[in-house]
Amino acid sequence: MPLRLQVFAVLILLALQFPLSPRAAEPDPGNWSAVLEEAKGQTVYWNAWAGEPRTNDYIAWAGKQVAERYGVDVVHVKLGDTAEAVSRVVAEKAAGTLTGGAVDLIWINGENFASMKRNGLLFGPWAESLPNFPLTDPDNNPGVRNDFTVPVEGYEAPWGKAQIVFYYDQAFVSEPPTTLAALLEWATANPGRFTYPLPPNFLGSTFLKQALLKLVPDTAPLYRPVDESDFAVVSAPLWSYLDTLHPQLWRQGRAFPANSTEMRRLLADSEIAISLSFNPAEASSAIANGEFPDTVRSFVLDGGTIGNVSFLAIPFNASNKAGAMVLANFLLSPEAQARKQDPAIWGGETVLVMDRLDPDERALFDRLDLGVASLKPDELGAIIPEPHPSWMEHLEAEWQRRYTDQ
Amino acid sequence: MLRVVPYLTVALLVGPILAGIAGAFLPAFGWMPTLGGSSLTLEHWAHLFQRPGLWTSVWISLASGLITPAVSLAIVFLFLSGSGGTWLDRWLKRAISPLLSIPHAAAAFGLAFLIAPSGLIVRFLSPWLTGWDRPPDLLIVHDPSGLAMMAGLIAKEIPFLLLMSLAALPQIDAPRRLAVARSLGYGPVTAWLKAVAPGLYPLIRLPIYAVIAFASSTVDVALILGPTNPPTLSVAVVRWLNDPDLSLRFVASAGALLQLLVTFSALLTWHLMERLLGFCARAWYTNGRKGHCDRLLAKAGAGGITLAAFAAFAGLAGLAVSSFAGFWRFPDTLPQAITMKHWVRALPNIEGPFVTALLVGLVATSISLILVLAALENEVRSNHPAGRRAMRILYLPLIVPQVAFLFGLLIGLEAVGVRPGFWPVAFGHVLFVLPYVYLSLAEAYRQLDPRWIMAARTLGNTPTRAFWMVRLPMLTTPILTAVAIGLAVSIGQYLPTQLLGAGRVPTITTEAVALATGGDRRVIGVWALVQALVPALGFGLALLLPRLVWRHRRQLREVH
Repeated sequence: MPLRLQVFAVLILLALQFPLSPRAAEPDPGNWSAVLEEAKGQTVYWNAWAGEPRTNDYIAWAGKQVAERYGVDVVHVKLGDTAEAVSRVVAEKAAGTLTGGAVDLIWINGENFASMKRNGLLFGPWAESLPNFPLTDPDNNPGVRNDFTVPVEGYEAPWGKAQIVFYYDQAFVSEPPTTLAALLEWATANPGRFTYPLPPNFLGSTFLKQALLKLVPDTAPLYRPVDESDFAVVSAPLWSYLDTLHPQLWRQGRAFPANSTEMRRLLADSEIAISLSFNPAEASSAIANGEFPDTVRSFVLDGGTIGNVSFLAIPFNASNKAGAMVLANFLLSPEAQARKQDPAIWGGETVLVMDRLDPDERALFDRLDLGVASLKPDELGAIIPEPHPSWMEHLEAEWQRRYTDQ
Repeated sequence: MLRVVPYLTVALLVGPILAGIAGAFLPAFGWMPTLGGSSLTLEHWAHLFQRPGLWTSVWISLASGLITPAVSLAIVFLFLSGSGGTWLDRWLKRAISPLLSIPHAAAAFGLAFLIAPSGLIVRFLSPWLTGWDRPPDLLIVHDPSGLAMMAGLIAKEIPFLLLMSLAALPQIDAPRRLAVARSLGYGPVTAWLKAVAPGLYPLIRLPIYAVIAFASSTVDVALILGPTNPPTLSVAVVRWLNDPDLSLRFVASAGALLQLLVTFSALLTWHLMERLLGFCARAWYTNGRKGHCDRLLAKAGAGGITLAAFAAFAGLAGLAVSSFAGFWRFPDTLPQAITMKHWVRALPNIEGPFVTALLVGLVATSISLILVLAALENEVRSNHPAGRRAMRILYLPLIVPQVAFLFGLLIGLEAVGVRPGFWPVAFGHVLFVLPYVYLSLAEAYRQLDPRWIMAARTLGNTPTRAFWMVRLPMLTTPILTAVAIGLAVSIGQYLPTQLLGAGRVPTITTEAVALATGGDRRVIGVWALVQALVPALGFGLALLLPRLVWRHRRQLREVH
């Protein structure tokens, strides 16, 4: 073989070999000092929804802290939708990029997590090895181990808590309707002043689940896969409720807002007078931000509302896994969680359990002024767990079948 | 060397385009092993056709693709025919090109704030005239038939078609055509429609096709102004693609192909209408009638343009006021308090993305301009239409819905080992900038009187020298306009920047879109103004430069 051809053949062999070469050793989450050592000097690309300047400012603050304390640089990859990061990871896997991926950490929960986990797109388990993880009291706090009933199994670390709250403008609503019947009555008396986001937006779908949970005589079937019960029978009360409610909604139910932020804008513009959110501090922080009049207050439904936890996950092919873990651990620290809960900064509820903290750490939370429109922890009422995810899919499909294109 | 440029251009672009289309095609028929699709099947098409409201979505997209260009074109032609050089006409012609620089999303936000029941107009009239102290429950924005969306598109496409027309008019010697017709006794509008329009239309046909493609497949304008339940087809595709249920991506791919079909249908319908109208108009050209309510038509054109300019400017002004607003309760005409807070918060985050956006835009536009100029010069010199046919492939990126196309491109780039970063982003922008540069320059280039070059050659100049010394200077205005449009297109790109850069190449647009999902109008106001700034600079230069460079050459200093 002439020399040139030989060189060529070697090059081709090298090129073919490259993807097959053994993968770089993954960091061992159990050996935290080794993780800290490996993380030093890494740059973590944190993919997180960036629709809120206050959230972005908080993320920038956290990045600065982690850079100063652990030598880990953080770049906030600003997303309009978490699906953009999921797309990226899917494309990388499809193209065979098994190491050196572009996404290091994703702010995620619910269906996005379920499908990434199901499709083998996540690295783990790692989350339960974080030194700060025990502060969430996982044994007595099932919310951090189940994401919409899907077992987390250490594939994502808890970051924030969410619970459905309603908020209303006292200028237009004298007595907040705390039952579904009262809500319907109020909407009928005030046509066009209430709405909910268009399913399958997660807040809109959660409103459907929330309503169904209140309307069925027995909620047990909702926590089992939908196939085990008669969907039409169980969901019937919801449809008859919505059939009555929709003509009374904003725009007679012929258009729906896209998401919770559009709901917020509608309330700020006095188009609607009652709205809902997954963030219990939404009203207070919007007042602090000058978006809402200070006549806005929050309420929950009698008997409690749906709540869940949002998480941080590391893709299977992330380039900087150790740095991502160090960042996730810092975000779970009492210091970072207390700052996050401060409505003047962000107003996102903590996942930490107070009796797991030192008195000093607890004081960080006790000191917070939760704002005039926030409910106190005991006023928030019981947290109702999310139903089995199969219900969400069926409810969304049936809703679209009934109410699309009328 | 020059001869290979069209093929080089096409070869350079054909790979990404094929990868992009394959990325939509294969999953639509079930092939996507990463998500467990490893056999070919038609089941995803069945799913697609079972989606509630699908046909309404298709109809709205198709209607938007035909009504938007028709109305925009009618207004532009009537305005041009009736504009007699009054100060208002001159002012409108100048004011309209900055409108082009406002990104679609920003213009749509502005319009939504203008016409919504809680928007600026109602605020101005309430409660003293309307008696409303709360916004009325009227379905104006997001109306089910998409009228608000089409209005927003029309307001944005009028400046585009007007600018394209103004750039093309000098090529057909409109003043002389008009003078002849007028001297034969035709009314001003009729004279223009009979003598100038038939010459102008072929020159702006490609821009019109781009408008059709855009109007039938836009995502951002449809999200902000369009119907919600069901939405337009393009928005439905984005929803499926962004659905956490990854299996819906197969349906989304099928939907993307259906979108392709809808856009093609709109183009085909337009083409057939074009033929039909051309056939019917032949008798009208020569029937000798000298007037058709000329004054009324001229008024309609001026009115349409004024309305579009007003809507866009007032909407932008509303966003500008919002960006300084403290608390702003309905029905207050102005905010209760003025604050710099939103600007102060945003400014530290603006500089980096601003510079990046400018760099990406300049690189993408320069590459596109060089390739387009070389391809056109080759075409003109060799008088060889093959290159022209090959260039048609350039329109594919405009017609294939971005969401589906880019995902395939992303896999392609990953597979050949291209890592996300500045260059993939700049290259991705070329895919979308180049067609616009091409279509805004091509006809002006071809129509330049060949006798100029012949004259230069007979005076002993090489073709190259004739190109640099005669053709380029004479085409300064169309070239600068093309650059400004290229820059504006580049600035407007969200998905290519985000996907090909893995979010690591933040531009003002990626920042703006991410913040826009937060829905705070004051923040949106800040970023929309910043976003409009870059292309506005481009258009400003396109207007100013010819005046400066050709201050001693009156004929080259075309007034726009």
